[in-house]
Amino acid sequence: MIDSIHSLPDVITFVVATLLILTGAVGVIAAKNPVHSALSLIMTFFGVSIAFIEQGAHFLAAVEIIVYAGAIVVLFLFVIMFLGVDRADEVSVDPLVGQRPLALAGVVVTIAGVVTMMSRAGWVTGAPALSTGGQPMQGGNENIKELGTAVFTTYIYAFEATAALLIIAVVGAVILARKERVVDEQEGVA
Amino acid sequence: MSPLLATGDPLYAFGVNWAVLLIVAVKVLVGFGGLLGTVTLMIWYERKLISGMQSRIGPQKWGPFGLLQTLADGIKLFFKEDLIPAEADRFVFKLAPYLALIPALITFAIVPIGGTVTLAGHTFLLQMADPPIGILLLLAMSGISVYGVILAGWSSGSKYPLMSSVRASAQMISYEAALGMTIVTIVLATGSLSTHDIVSSQANGVWHWNVIRLGVVPFIVFLIAITAELNRPPFDVVESESELVGGFHTEYSSIRFALFFLAEFMNVITMSAIMVTLFFGGPAGWVPNIPHLRWIFPILWFLGKTTLFCSMYIWFRAALPRYRYDQLMDLGWKKLIPLSLGWMLIVAGFLISPSWGFGLAAVVLLSSLVLSRSFDLGLARSSGANAVLPTVGERPIPGAVLRAFTDGEDQ
Repeated sequence: MIDSIHSLPDVITFVVATLLILTGAVGVIAAKNPVHSALSLIMTFFGVSIAFIEQGAHFLAAVEIIVYAGAIVVLFLFVIMFLGVDRADEVSVDPLVGQRPLALAGVVVTIAGVVTMMSRAGWVTGAPALSTGGQPMQGGNENIKELGTAVFTTYIYAFEATAALLIIAVVGAVILARKERVVDEQEGVA
Repeated sequence: MSPLLATGDPLYAFGVNWAVLLIVAVKVLVGFGGLLGTVTLMIWYERKLISGMQSRIGPQKWGPFGLLQTLADGIKLFFKEDLIPAEADRFVFKLAPYLALIPALITFAIVPIGGTVTLAGHTFLLQMADPPIGILLLLAMSGISVYGVILAGWSSGSKYPLMSSVRASAQMISYEAALGMTIVTIVLATGSLSTHDIVSSQANGVWHWNVIRLGVVPFIVFLIAITAELNRPPFDVVESESELVGGFHTEYSSIRFALFFLAEFMNVITMSAIMVTLFFGGPAGWVPNIPHLRWIFPILWFLGKTTLFCSMYIWFRAALPRYRYDQLMDLGWKKLIPLSLGWMLIVAGFLISPSWGFGLAAVVLLSSLVLSRSFDLGLARSSGANAVLPTVGERPIPGAVLRAFTDGEDQ
């Protein structure tokens, strides 16, 4: 839905960003080669980043590229190359039992949820941020101030809980990995 | 004013018209053209300087002092046969050199080359772009530039380039954290992300330069981290000739090979310029009072400082032996990341008040003692007889159940 409040450049930016996001998203699941999937994922991140800039969230746009495209997908590629699974996938055998029906159910639930949300709320994607009363947010520094204030006042508990969760995850990963090695060496399976 | 436009540049203060567009286009053309020209000079300079350090003569045949050698090499490479290995992933193989080159070009756009200039009634910054995210663009682009190396190595379908890719991705992730942390320190002291603001906050003399104002530690961490990000010696495990043939560009030939080298040298110039911007006041320096020529001295200062850092990179290459891969990881994770994090806390504390500063310094000192003790314990453990710790607890899901769940795949 495109209202008259959107100027032509807004519409063009929105269309370009959306095309990038959708093409990338389809590429992630359609590509048979895991590395090509990872590349499509980067394309999606760039699209999301453009959408963020269009809404005036410059800082989020930068973080999207730095963290997701710059670190997380690099980590994906590292694992893909390190384990040597960079061949086209064999898709005839399910790694998990009952994977396909569950995936189908998940898709149905997600689509139903999105449709419900869209029918209930008057959301228009591509509009300037609603929190600032339709005005685009200010430049980079005000961006950071607003985000910092929100994270360290309003959402302080959620923020700290996330930090604790991440640390628990890291410690847990270390313990699991270490145990695996001990078992292998004791049984001589390696 | 559109939020997409740069905010700091006074050029956009009165809206955008054709004259403004023309100025922007000229700025971009002069900037990128100058950068490309400087790259050819840089390649000549590196070869000449390093041959001097190694008691050789270096390029001398083409042009005065061998200045046209780079041009000759470029023409030669251009007319060479362009080979693509049979095992290669063709699309990614062709894409990779551009992924290496373009981030180097884009990063240079945020470097302030001089002060402000007024031309035909328009005042503008001598800087291609001053985006609101400012210095974060450097982090974003250095994150993207590693894809050039990773994808080139992977798509070659050859084993040494693949090892180079794996090394590049691990090295990249390890050093980006320390890099980001030092940039946060600078942003804290400046109070702004924009490179123009970072430079103008250092304009009042040498004592205000970030290298001195923040203590020398952030600069040293930044220098090491950025050298590792660039894959320059002594951190060039990615293309170490003695182990990996040529690393990621082993299978490349002709113009694509040239593009990788163009990217590497362009990165050296860009990162030298970024270092000057962040720590050495950018174009700041003494300006003599000569009418109509005052604008040229900041540019000269900037060029001089940048040349100094470019020379330093060449000196590194001539003087320092290459790090081993595990030493590289140790330096990144165990030394640089804790150091930059601790220093950031101390600087943040002193920005609030001296008592906070000293308090945080004590906390940082205490935790670094704990950290070094734990490193000692870890080292002693891995080299001792009981190298493996006893098992901790039980697995949440029993092994047999897990195997049945995953269709018996890990047997």
